[in-house]
Amino acid sequence: MWENIKDFASTFFVTGDPLIYGADVSIVLSIIAIVFVLTKYKKWGWLWREWLTTVDHKRIGIMYLIASLLMLFRGGVDALLMRLQLAFPNVEFLNSEHYNAIFTTHGTIMILFMAMPMMFALFNMVVPLQLGARDVAYPFLNALSFWLFMLGAMLFNISFVIGGSPDAGWLSYPPLSQNEFSPGPGQNFYIWGIQISGIGSLATGINFIVTILKMRAPGMKLSKMPLFSWSVLSSCIMIIFAFPILTVTLALLFLDRFAGAHFFTMDGGGNPMMYLNLIWMWGHPEVYIVVVPAFGIFSEIVATFSRKKIFGYKSMVWAMMIIAVVSFFTWAHHFFTMGTSASVIAFFAISTMIVGIPTGVKVFNWLFTMYRGRISFKQPMLWTIAFIPCFVIGGATGVMLAVAPADYQYHNSYFLVAHFHQVLIGGVVFGYLAGIYYWWPKLFGFKLDEKLGKWGFWFWNIGFYVCFMPQYALGFMGMTRRYYTYGWDRGWADLNLVSTVGAFLMGIGFIFQVWQIAYSIKNGERDTTGDPWNGRTLEWSIPSPAPFYNFAVVPQVKEMDDWWATKEAKANGTYKEEPAKLEPIHMPKNSGIPFIMANFWFLVGFGFTFGWVWMAVIGFIGVFACMWARSFQYDTDYYVPVEEVRRTEASLGRVV
Amino acid sequence: MSGGKMLRHIQFWILAVLGTVLLTGCGSEYLVLNPKGPVAETQYNLIIISTILVAVIIVPVIALTAFIVYRYRDTPGNKASYKPEWAHSTTLEVIWWIIPIVIVALLGYFTVRDIYVLKENPNKEVAPMTIQVTALDWKWMFTYPEQNIATVNHLEIPAGVPIRFQVSADAPMNSFWVPELGGQIYAMAGMATELYLQADEPGTFAGFSSNFSGEGFAKMQFNVVAKPKDEFDKWVKEVKGTTPAMTKADYEELRKPGVTDKFTYSAFPEGMFEEIVAKYGHGHDMDYVMEKNPAPAGDKSSNETSLNTHQKTESHNMPGMNHSSMNH
Repeated sequence: MWENIKDFASTFFVTGDPLIYGADVSIVLSIIAIVFVLTKYKKWGWLWREWLTTVDHKRIGIMYLIASLLMLFRGGVDALLMRLQLAFPNVEFLNSEHYNAIFTTHGTIMILFMAMPMMFALFNMVVPLQLGARDVAYPFLNALSFWLFMLGAMLFNISFVIGGSPDAGWLSYPPLSQNEFSPGPGQNFYIWGIQISGIGSLATGINFIVTILKMRAPGMKLSKMPLFSWSVLSSCIMIIFAFPILTVTLALLFLDRFAGAHFFTMDGGGNPMMYLNLIWMWGHPEVYIVVVPAFGIFSEIVATFSRKKIFGYKSMVWAMMIIAVVSFFTWAHHFFTMGTSASVIAFFAISTMIVGIPTGVKVFNWLFTMYRGRISFKQPMLWTIAFIPCFVIGGATGVMLAVAPADYQYHNSYFLVAHFHQVLIGGVVFGYLAGIYYWWPKLFGFKLDEKLGKWGFWFWNIGFYVCFMPQYALGFMGMTRRYYTYGWDRGWADLNLVSTVGAFLMGIGFIFQVWQIAYSIKNGERDTTGDPWNGRTLEWSIPSPAPFYNFAVVPQVKEMDDWWATKEAKANGTYKEEPAKLEPIHMPKNSGIPFIMANFWFLVGFGFTFGWVWMAVIGFIGVFACMWARSFQYDTDYYVPVEEVRRTEASLGRVV
Repeated sequence: MSGGKMLRHIQFWILAVLGTVLLTGCGSEYLVLNPKGPVAETQYNLIIISTILVAVIIVPVIALTAFIVYRYRDTPGNKASYKPEWAHSTTLEVIWWIIPIVIVALLGYFTVRDIYVLKENPNKEVAPMTIQVTALDWKWMFTYPEQNIATVNHLEIPAGVPIRFQVSADAPMNSFWVPELGGQIYAMAGMATELYLQADEPGTFAGFSSNFSGEGFAKMQFNVVAKPKDEFDKWVKEVKGTTPAMTKADYEELRKPGVTDKFTYSAFPEGMFEEIVAKYGHGHDMDYVMEKNPAPAGDKSSNETSLNTHQKTESHNMPGMNHSSMNH
């Protein structure tokens, strides 16, 4: 009996590495600390009522943001561990297995559990406010999406200390990810962590498409909609086409592993190339899914901080919609070297280059928005300006990679690694950070400190070039991604060391940002006007932080950049004040079901990961019970009385 | 910090970093930029062309960014014009829709041209020699059907002769890459892919696997030694005389996961590569490569290949439908 337990524990818990023991200790300590604080200050009820059951899109946005910043930290630590391992030749810091697990989790976490939630954070924080809406179309579903993401991410993350992390690369190519070559629960964690959060992502995509199409304030035609909302629409269209492919692909891979199917195996008629096709049919649109909203953010920021209307609005919209379509015809460039026919390669080479056209147009439009403007270098704008050269270079190397015969030389080399980090960090991370700085006051009621922010900015930017420029060169030297070590004889040592130094500079930049947030909570400049940046769109017309019902009176939109037009009219004295008529506000009620249901999904995932069907069955029963309970819940909304609206507005310094 | 100062900082760092990379560059360790054969040469030229074409965009855009950000910064007394409502110009927009379209069209032309070029023998005057490459966990096995010898983790080829590599795997996917001779091709179980490479001169060239295949992946590096034709023939003769023949059992041992040293074999079981491909095969991919240039029939009478031929025909008729007839 005792032997059995010991046996079980030794395979169940990951052991034998000081990093893991460190993680164990810190996990236990933080859980104890959280429980202690919540109990001591009697905050359990508050946590449940205000956060775990909330359906308010702004709070959900904040939870997404916190989760994504934590994941940025985790993925960043992974990156630093890898860079330490590669700093010098023949380093014995991480062994091959551990290194493989770390780059796998780094990639997965950064794309799926950092970029995606940070994007959803911004969707949630901004879109309804920008549209003049009081919530998203399906608030309950929105909460469910968040909790599915959260529990999926947690499931993926616990693989570090329980069972073992996946180590077959961030897209888990079979046959390497099959039982034969990856025994143990690692790949199952991958499959279920992503599967559960992916369902949440799909639901978010649907939710925001409907929100944008149906919930805009009266008068806001699509042709007057702010560009960030347009970018969200473009991104969500890609989500609803791409994510079902992911769901099916992972399900098939799981059937291979769990039920002995042969979809992607080497033998028994399986075809691993089918997996590559499927996963990249999702995976390539996925990178556009995360980058297009950043384009929207830049468009908002460039206009605001140049104090000028966005240049070429129609081109901008067309460009994003073209990207959404073309993104589905480029996936095969990820395996130009698979030896397929010349015509197939030619098709995908050209279609990949074509993506560069609308993207290039956008860059010119941003530049000409600044042209004849007045540019102020506040934090959001700094990141936007830094984005342009970074993304232009990254985009150019992307076009170089699309030149298929040249790609035969870059494929899977550090040239590629440098390229996609340049577009993903320069485009996505810079974009989202800019967005967070920009909209932070609207959500929290204060600005983030400029000085600390600028330190963070410079460390990030300098660190970025120091880290990734040498990697282009390493690619030309024949260094391939995912090598855990290399010898002195290759001549890769110097540049790798430089790259590692750059990575740590970026790490320091992140520390400055954490410090900045902590410092600004106490000392940040309070936003009493609701319009700290002299903004142009509707979200700046309401107080900061935005009240839970967003708009006391639903705005009547007459123009593009309606809030700017209103301010101008007020300044010229041509503004006609219409008497505000307060009405009771229809709002959704909080619900604990999303949180509970996501926990049951976690049980499903955890059960299948270890092959414990009984646990998965319990999980499924719970999931269906939650659906059942929700189906018969009729009392799901309420009205906020006029008096309460009046009181709330007054407390925020507004008279209505 | 003022806009101008900031901008100079940005430029300085970008230039400093790029400068460092480029100046230290172009030494012999920059394998991709040191083409030693016609295939790598074609790819090198394409890299140069594409770099120039994208530079046509990058350089003006970055310069323009710097200029605009500096010129229109929000400082008191900035005399530059301020037109907050100016947001459209058909002429300008047409220009920057057209510029990238032209560049993509040009680049597309060169790309497509070379895609077709690289599918063919790069040296029409010389008949290619075939070498079969099998990626194993975690080593490379090379079989020479024309010479009937085999090597592991190192490769010797005659200089000046185009080599037609047939590449497959009996393990997870890898990619066969010798940068100085030319770009790579995937090694995948159940398929035989094809890659032409040629070394113009004798020399030793580094080879890599560039597709992650698990624990020992970083050790899947090998050297390609190109020798003059007569020395190569001498080497073959030497191999024939001094090294053991590979048996089926040797191969089974070899394919077990693990890292090994270099080996050389004076012979290998006939049709082994074809058998490896067929073992997982859906057939059609293999047919494409195999039919174009079937491995020469050896003089040994082994009946293992006949089975393959049989399967091949069948699978060609019904791709992917013939698994039950396979003999795993």
